[in-house]
Amino acid sequence: MSTDIPTLTPEQLDTFGEEMDAIRRRILDDLGEKDADYIRSVVKAQRGFETVGRALFYLPPAWPLAVASLSVSKILDNMEIGHNVMHGQYDWMGDPGLNSRMYEWDNVCPSEQWKNSHNYIHHTFTNILGKDRDIGYGILRMDEDQPWHPYYLGNPVYALLLMTFFEWGVALHDLEVENIVAGKRKIEENKALHAGIMRKVKRQALKDYVLFPALTGPLFVPTLVGNATANLVRNIWAFNIIFCGHFPTGVATFSQEECEDESRGHWYYRQLLGSANITGGSLFHLLTGNLSHQIEHHLFPDLPARRYPEIAVEVREICERYGLPYNTGPLGKQLFSVASKICRMALPDRKKKDAPEATSTDDAVTTDRETVAA
Amino acid sequence: MSLATTVLRSKTLAALTSPHGVDRYLELVNPMWAAHEVRARIVEKTVEVDVEGHPRVATLTLQPTSTWRGHRAGQHVQVGVDIDGEGGGRRTTRVFTISSLDSRPGDRFTLTMRANPDAPEGRGVSRYLVEEAQPGTVVHLSQAQGDFVLPDSVPEHIVLISGGSGITPVMSMLRSLQNRTHRGRVTFIHYAQSPEHQIYAGELRDVARTGYGVDLHLLHPELGDPNLSPAWLERLVPGYRDVPTWACGPAPLIEGVRDAYGDSENLHVEYFKPPRTTGGDAGGEVTFARSGRTAPNTGASLLEQAEALGLTPEYGCRMGICFSCVSRKTDGVTRDVVSGDTSTLPDEEIRICVNAPEGDCTVDL
Ligand SMILES: Cc1cc2nc3c(=O)[nH]c(=O)nc-3n(C[C@H](O)[C@H](O)[C@H](O)COP(=O)(O)OP(=O)(O)OC[C@H]3O[C@@H](n4cnc5c(N)ncnc54)[C@H](O)[C@@H]3O)c2cc1C
Ligand code: FES
Repeated sequence: MSTDIPTLTPEQLDTFGEEMDAIRRRILDDLGEKDADYIRSVVKAQRGFETVGRALFYLPPAWPLAVASLSVSKILDNMEIGHNVMHGQYDWMGDPGLNSRMYEWDNVCPSEQWKNSHNYIHHTFTNILGKDRDIGYGILRMDEDQPWHPYYLGNPVYALLLMTFFEWGVALHDLEVENIVAGKRKIEENKALHAGIMRKVKRQALKDYVLFPALTGPLFVPTLVGNATANLVRNIWAFNIIFCGHFPTGVATFSQEECEDESRGHWYYRQLLGSANITGGSLFHLLTGNLSHQIEHHLFPDLPARRYPEIAVEVREICERYGLPYNTGPLGKQLFSVASKICRMALPDRKKKDAPEATSTDDAVTTDRETVAA
Repeated sequence: MSLATTVLRSKTLAALTSPHGVDRYLELVNPMWAAHEVRARIVEKTVEVDVEGHPRVATLTLQPTSTWRGHRAGQHVQVGVDIDGEGGGRRTTRVFTISSLDSRPGDRFTLTMRANPDAPEGRGVSRYLVEEAQPGTVVHLSQAQGDFVLPDSVPEHIVLISGGSGITPVMSMLRSLQNRTHRGRVTFIHYAQSPEHQIYAGELRDVARTGYGVDLHLLHPELGDPNLSPAWLERLVPGYRDVPTWACGPAPLIEGVRDAYGDSENLHVEYFKPPRTTGGDAGGEVTFARSGRTAPNTGASLLEQAEALGLTPEYGCRMGICFSCVSRKTDGVTRDVVSGDTSTLPDEEIRICVNAPEGDCTVDL
């Protein structure tokens, strides 16, 4: 882990953890109709955008509007609804349509696999090298501690490809192709997963690339292209938001040793330091599924995301008191930071490998962090 | 099936609305439109019992969506309501018996319920439906379930025994029999606190006057009427153990009935609550691992023991029907208080509402 971040004593970690637990308990006790009404109205809006989008394909001049509407629908479905519902944020409502066990999203990745690779692996082993497979998705080099290899010269190209085909990347993520190539995983282990993915892919492709285009008759091709574009827009958007959540400069990674027998306080500490926020207005937050509050999301993945902005105020205040960095910035800045990292990681490290250096020695860091001394 | 239903349930529409399904769109347009799910609108509410100082009893008439497949007299249904107000936004599901006669697909039916006074403050489903829900409210339903039903060919003589709100399944049976001009004999025995507490009083009075072959006995032991006993039953229905009997009511009544019938195969019982645990080998300690609570095993269901320790596990029916209370038992022996089966497997998913520990037991709660 980078050395410039204040390390807390075990006692400090305990009180830090208790303060976080207190926030969580307070919000849990307060959950109710407001949260239920909110998510239902988002669902209603999403279904509205979807219906309008599908319908507008019948009007050729409205094609751009149709694509826009369908893109918004897919973004809302995947981010503010799907991602959050699958975290169990709304399980307390007892509504089967909003239950993490049952929800399926408008995305080729089957929800079952997402819940394993994202909810369990990524949210448990967040930013632990060698454990969190979301660090570079097994394709990219996103951290100095990942040994360089000439393969990584293609880092920026792989990133662009991953962005374009993000939903596919996410769907294939669980197959751990990189581990198969490395001989650490047998191809047979993928059989069941593979079948699940194929089932979902077929369903998604059937509606977006066969049925809805066919329903528009002579407009088959424009509709098909429109649906593909909406999927692409969603891919690009989701990729960028997600990469801004963990890879801007200044976000810490951890070694497996550091996290052995981890205390609850350290777990919160790691979630905080391993995530970054994006500033913006409330519409922006909605469209990111409140992943613009990645820090709060990682601290409290199962609290309704609409609560993150209110929680953020308290989290920042607590961070200030403990002298912990709270990584946030506007979209442009975070994106630039991620893009430079992707390019920088394509090349071998400039410094000697055996001198473990802090990311903080990079020029970008001091401006990226809003560290407030305790 | 109507054309609309055929279209709504078609594979094509399912593919077009994948992954959410047709119902997730229909419900936003009109809650009474559904392709697969079942919902119902409350169309009428009548108060059956209203005695000062006692919980009210009301009958709700429900108009289900066309997806309702009908029911056989004696069956129950899971009812989910979104109770609004403070701490609202949660759907709570409870089980109630259908009190009207056999229904066909899409038919209206009724539920009769007592506003359960023991429900936690502000939460009870029965209290909400009896006291607050207005006609027009939409509730969520399961299909009808349960095997507490009459056989297709109804025996020449049957006995129906009930107490309090346990009258609902046997009333549904009685109404169904009358509707199909059953000409056999029905002995109908019902226990209530007092004549003012009598559910369906008017209708039962008519049955007594005109009902063909129905022996009606409305009893109020608190006012001096005889309690149920083998001797009393024998006088009323000689050789009653050989007469097919359906019984539903509070625990003491059902215990009395079971004792009276012994091991007779002719007795069918419906529970609204798990039978009180009697005998068995309690002892040992119960541990709720996640919350770190441990207490001596009282022999009650794990759900009740958890609640006694201040935990609030999820539950729905408290009768082993809905599976919402399923938790992992990591260690120990438990007995299903309804079926009597014991389980010794470690790491088993069990319904804590109907499982009581025998000796030491650890549950992941
Ligand atoms: C098959 C079946 C059919 C039924 N049919 C009918 C019917 O036709 N009519 C009818 O009136 N009833 C019927 N019932 C009974 C009805 O389902 C119950 O009364 C139900 O509990 C009512 O729900 P509620 O939300 O009002 O009460 P609940 O909130 O479910 O309260 C029920 C019980 O749970 C206990 N409890 C809840 N939370 C706690 C806690 N934290 N700590 C300690 N104790 C707690 C209370 O003591 C209370 O007795 C039926 C039940 C079954 C199983
Ligand atoms: S509460 Fe319904 S099965 Fe236990």
